Formats: sequence, structure tokens, C-alpha cells
Amino acid sequence: MLRLGDVLLVTLQGDLHDSTAQQLQQDLAETISSSGARGVVIDISGVEIVDSFLGRVLAEIAGQTELLAARTVVVGMRPAVAITLVELGLTLPGVHTALSTEVAMELLAEHAPSHRYGGLRRESL
Amino acid sequence: MPTTAGAQARLPIRSDMDLVWVRQHVRQAAAQLGFGLVDQTKLVTAASELARNTLVYGGGGTMETETVTESGTQGLRLTFSDEGPGIADLEQALSDGFTSGGGLGMGLGGARRLVHDFSIESDPGTGTTVRVTSWVGRAPRPREES
Repeated sequence: MLRLGDVLLVTLQGDLHDSTAQQLQQDLAETISSSGARGVVIDISGVEIVDSFLGRVLAEIAGQTELLAARTVVVGMRPAVAITLVELGLTLPGVHTALSTEVAMELLAEHAPSHRYGGLRRESL
Repeated sequence: MPTTAGAQARLPIRSDMDLVWVRQHVRQAAAQLGFGLVDQTKLVTAASELARNTLVYGGGGTMETETVTESGTQGLRLTFSDEGPGIADLEQALSDGFTSGGGLGMGLGGARRLVHDFSIESDPGTGTTVRVTSWVGRAPRPREES
């Protein structure tokens, strides 16, 4: 896990054990909570398959991140993985995606202001 | 009847570490047979779902792989067996969204969509056997009417 400003960068590689994925889920929640990070970028370009277990973990990470006032963007999904996930029946609603880390960082930067004041910020009247 | 040939293997499914071996083995076997990248990914993903079912619902078991040939086309056949409690209602278990183990319920129904041939035998009390086959270069199975 790498920190870049208020964004946490996570790179997943190769074949993940179920327990590793679950550990990451816990670690991320704790790190966001303690660091006040406002964004998480998970790079899965090195992941060859996403099955329903890992898909569920990614969806849960996205959900818990939102509850902790941050946003998760999943980056670099391989085309074959996307095709397979849809056929499997998993479209991961609620998971934000981007094709590259640069785009993900832009997305998070655009999104950031609404969180900065903890939801108390008002649109100008 | 398809004939079997080539490397056969039998892998234990006892832990989530074994799920990793299952995926790697299927990936290698599929690549060697000449499956394209998307088809490899589908087959490995199906294997992962089925192996996890064997582990979580069947209490562990085995996966057997074999190369099969039918009218000149090669295929990879995977057989997942357990001696767990079995499945009482197969129809229900194959429908999307059904789960008894805390998953998303995509395991069986999802895996079936990712392969060409799918069969399942299960009797309460004696266990479950799921057999799937995918063929090199064959078009995906037609979409079912929903």
C-alpha cells in the first residue's frame, strides 16, 4: 500500500489467496480511518482472473470506503476479465473504474471537494 | 463418445491455497491446448467458482483434469467431486442469486455460462460431482432465453 497525498495506491498482482484479499479489505478500512485518506486506487492490471469471491471483496471495499468518506476506483481491469465477469453475472455496481491510474487520480481529485467538509459544505445559493 | 488423451491430473481441494493451484493448473492446461486468452480466463474463472463450491459446500474434494477429443476438436474437461452433504434442489442451486454459504450465489449458474458443456450429479448424503468441458475454438454456448 502506497500513499500519494490523500490517496492510497494498492497494486494487486498474480493469483490472490482468498485470505490475502480479505486481509487487504480489513487493512484498507483501518488505514483509511486512521489516515483520513479520501481516495483509494486499486490497480488490478496484473490480475489474471476475478471470480465471484474477489469481485465481492472489491465491491465490499468500495462500499466500506464510501462509508469512511472516501472513494475507491478500480483501475486497469483486463478485457478478458471484464468479459468473463459480465458473463458470470457480476457487473459490480457501485464500483468506480478507470483505465489508468492517471485517470483515476483525476476522478478522485474532481470528487474530493464534496468530502472535504464532511458533507457540511453547501452549494452556493 | 469423446476420447481422452494427454496429461491427466488429480488435484486436492482442501484449502484456499489449493484454489490457487487449481487455477494455475487449469490456466496452464488451457494455454497448452491452444485456448485463446478470453476462453482461458473464462475456464479458469469457472474452475475457481466450482473449486470454491467443492471446498465451501462439499467440505473439500478433488478436481480431475483430462484432455478430450471429439470429431477432431480438443477440449479440456474438469471434474469436481466431493463427498459432502449434496444438493437437494439442483434447479434452485443453479439459479442466479441462490446461495447457502454467504457468497453471491453466482457459483454454479455463473460457472455454467462460462463453459460449453456442464453436468452435475448430486444426491443428499453422498456428495456432488460437477463436470465441465470447453472446446478449443468453439463459439460460446448460445445465450439462454431469460
